[in-house]
Parts: sequence; structure tokens; C-alpha cells
Amino acid sequence: MNNKIFASGDEALALGVRLAKPQVIAAYPITPQTITVERLADYVEDGSLKTEYMYVESEHSAMAACIGASAMGARTFTATSSQGLLYMCECLHYASGSRFPIVMMNANRSTATPWNIYGDQRDSLSQLDTGWIQLYVENGQEALDTVIQAYRIAENPEVMTPVMVNLDGFVLTHTYELVDLPEQASVDKYIPYKDYPNKMDLDNPMSTCITAGPAWNTEFRYQQHCAIMNSAEAINEADKEFEALFGRSYGGMVENYLCDDANAIIVTLGSVAGTTRIVVDDLRAKGYKVGLLKLRCIRPFPKDELKKILGNSKVVGVLEKDISFGYEGAVFTEVNSALSTLDKMPKTYNFIAGLGGRNISKNDIKEAFEKIIAYGNNNENASNLEFVKLGCEEYGN
Amino acid sequence: MDRPKVGIYDQPKNIREYPLGPSFKSGHLVDVSSGMRSFRPIIDAEKCVKCMRCFLVCPDGTIDKSGEILEIDYDFCKGCGICAKECKFNAITMHKEGDI
Repeated sequence: MNNKIFASGDEALALGVRLAKPQVIAAYPITPQTITVERLADYVEDGSLKTEYMYVESEHSAMAACIGASAMGARTFTATSSQGLLYMCECLHYASGSRFPIVMMNANRSTATPWNIYGDQRDSLSQLDTGWIQLYVENGQEALDTVIQAYRIAENPEVMTPVMVNLDGFVLTHTYELVDLPEQASVDKYIPYKDYPNKMDLDNPMSTCITAGPAWNTEFRYQQHCAIMNSAEAINEADKEFEALFGRSYGGMVENYLCDDANAIIVTLGSVAGTTRIVVDDLRAKGYKVGLLKLRCIRPFPKDELKKILGNSKVVGVLEKDISFGYEGAVFTEVNSALSTLDKMPKTYNFIAGLGGRNISKNDIKEAFEKIIAYGNNNENASNLEFVKLGCEEYGN
Repeated sequence: MDRPKVGIYDQPKNIREYPLGPSFKSGHLVDVSSGMRSFRPIIDAEKCVKCMRCFLVCPDGTIDKSGEILEIDYDFCKGCGICAKECKFNAITMHKEGDI
């Protein structure tokens, strides 16, 4: 039963994809995603994955090929990162609008310019409005498990929406850990392939990409919105069923780590959640009532979960590897929007950290907790946006 | 003229009754599309020899050849004027919509 493999995040994700048995893979290599597509090519070569592997000339073509394959009812997979994700942006909208349950891995990486290949989440967070479900993982095991769950979520008849599985570049893609490989038979049972309701069919010919003018467009957009709202239940269900079959649960849309009695909580996503958990343990041992809320998805946004878990905290910090220039971190805006519907809203503070791969240490997170605790006790109108470890004086000084 | 007919598609009451994404059985025309036309091509049946050149070059497929004479489906003609330019017999002329 125990089948442990020492694998990098990229390799773990590729192992998960092999278990999910996509019928078509179309991908273009890009750092730090490259190992995933190389491993998948290895699996095709050694016969352990029977799939049509399409070597395409760009990410735009990769997504276009996935759209074509998915339109024929094929289970598809692609993987990208950073500039590649941005290059396929046009096709992301075609895929989601067409309601094709494509699963894609995105290795979170900084965006140019200045040029940088290291990890931050500005690539995927800039694509929140593409109509894709966006999941984020904390480690290699979660990457492997989540890519399998992604097919169950995407192909749910109430959802039929593409899913992007995000894992942090280098911090996850290139670090090794022991991962447990689920049994193929159980995975087959968990995500049995079924015909897609919107697949092209000679016996029932359809036009695809029909025109919907002003008289119809709102309803199609509402339908798409409903599908992603429905995916909230599908994400939680996929997690519960996964736990029943494989014994691992990630909490569904969010993980509540020691938040129930906490008066200072940090909300974050991706690999830094793991570091934050350790800091929470350290601070708890010293008597601080602190907690971690890990976002596993940002589309759909777990509004109700956040209101419930964060509602009683005095102060909430949002730690993210993103800045939406001219405002604040995109995740911070989302969290504030959810909390603003509470009668009494906790004070909130935004930490912009880890840009272009800058390390986020345990000490950084400890200081972040200390900062929000002080901010929670301070009634003055201080700034609530901070670039962590900014190596220069603040603008205006 | 034997042209696709614009039909009425009853707006579904429930969002579940909408097609899943924009995939739908072909042939449902719910609207005409010619509002942007500023010049209208008119075929002079006396000059027309039914060589079918206009039928071939019309980008919107609006030349109807089902009857005795060629006719233009003005519900879908955008007024691009390619037919008039390509006609070797000067049988098609363009007329400003407001003057007709």
C-alpha cells in the first residue's frame, strides 16, 4: 500500500498527471515548469502513459491545442509558467468560455521586466478574471494530489470549467520530498473518464463559439459565473472524497490552522503557508494566540469561509507574492472585500513579500505577526501596506 | 429568395436551459446583421448575365441564386462593394443608403 517516491515538486505533479491519464498533452517548456513536461515525455516514451503528446511551438498554441482536444471530449493537460501563461492569455478566455475542463499546471514565476525566472505569484494572480478555477498548493504531495483532484473538479457536470494548479517556482518545483503515490485503481475510481456534455459529436453536430450579442451575452456570462460558484462545493467534495480514498485532506477551499481562538491571523497561499505554520507553532508555544488561514483557491474565492474563520480575529495580515501596481496586493483586496460584509471587520494589513524569488524566512513571518499584533492594538491611522525587507527608504522620505 | 430565416429563440427561464458554453446546434439565426451598411449594391437584371462572379466573391454569402435573377439578401449584406467592383458587366452599382 505504501508507495513512497523521492520527487521534486515538478516530478510529483507529473506523477499525478500520469495517474490522471490525460488523453492529450500539449505543452511548451519553460523554466521552472520544464521538468514536469520532460517527465511526462519520458512516461510517453517508456509506455507508462498512453497519451497524444503534442510538441507545440508556443504556449498560445499549447492552449489552442488543448481547446481543440477538449472539444473532442479528450481529457487534456498542459503546463506553463510566467511569460508562457501570459502568452496563452487569449486562449485562457476561449477555454473557460467554451467550458472545456482543461487542467493546467502553472509554476508560479515572476513576470518581466526586469527579467527574472524565480518565484512569485504575479503571473497567475494577474489572470483572476480569465474564468479559470485557480488552486494553490503548499508542497509536492499536495501538488500531486491536487492535480488529480483538479480533474474531478473541472469535469464535474455542474462545473465544466478549466482548472489551474499553481505551485511556487523553485521553492516547490525544484525541491525534493518524499511523496506518497496513490494506487492507480483508486485514482481511476476517483476520476473515471466520462464523455463531456459539450463534446463535438458527428451524430449531434453543434457549432462552437457561437455569437452571443448584447441580447444574450449577459446570460452566458452569468452561466459561467454560476459554474465557478458551483465549483466551491465541488472543491470541498473532491477533498472529502480524496480523503476517503487516499487518507489525505487539505481542508477543501481553505485550511484553518489554529484560527478558532486566534486574535492575529495571517492569510497566505502556496508554499509560504508551510513556513507560516511552523511560525504559528513557535509563537503558540510562547503563548501568542495566532493562526494561519491557507487559501487553497482564489477563484472561486472562499468568501463565506473567510468571514467565518477570520470574523472574530482582532487583526488579519495578508502575506502575498504579488503587488497590483497603484493599489495593493491582489489577494489583500479580495480578503478585504470579503471581510467588509461583516458587521465588525477585523483590522487588516498587507505584506508584499517574496517578489522575484526573494526568500521569505521564518523570522520575516514572525516579524509580520509581531507587526499585526501591534497594528491591532494601535488605533492610529497608520499605513497598512508594507513591502517586506524593502532595501531602500520608503518613497517620499 | 431561399435564404436562412431569422427565427425566434425563446429566452430560457432558467440558466440551466442555456447551451453549455457557446456550443449549440447550427442554423439558429436570431438576428439580422446589416446595420452598418452605408452603401447598398443594386443588381441591374438587364445587364446581369448570371456569371456568378459576385456569388463567388461576396464575403458574406448574401447573393441568392435560387430564383430567375440574382438577388442580394440585404439582411446580411454589409455593403462592402466587392461585388460591384468585381462585376465585369457593371451590372452592380452602389447607392448611398440615405438617398434610396
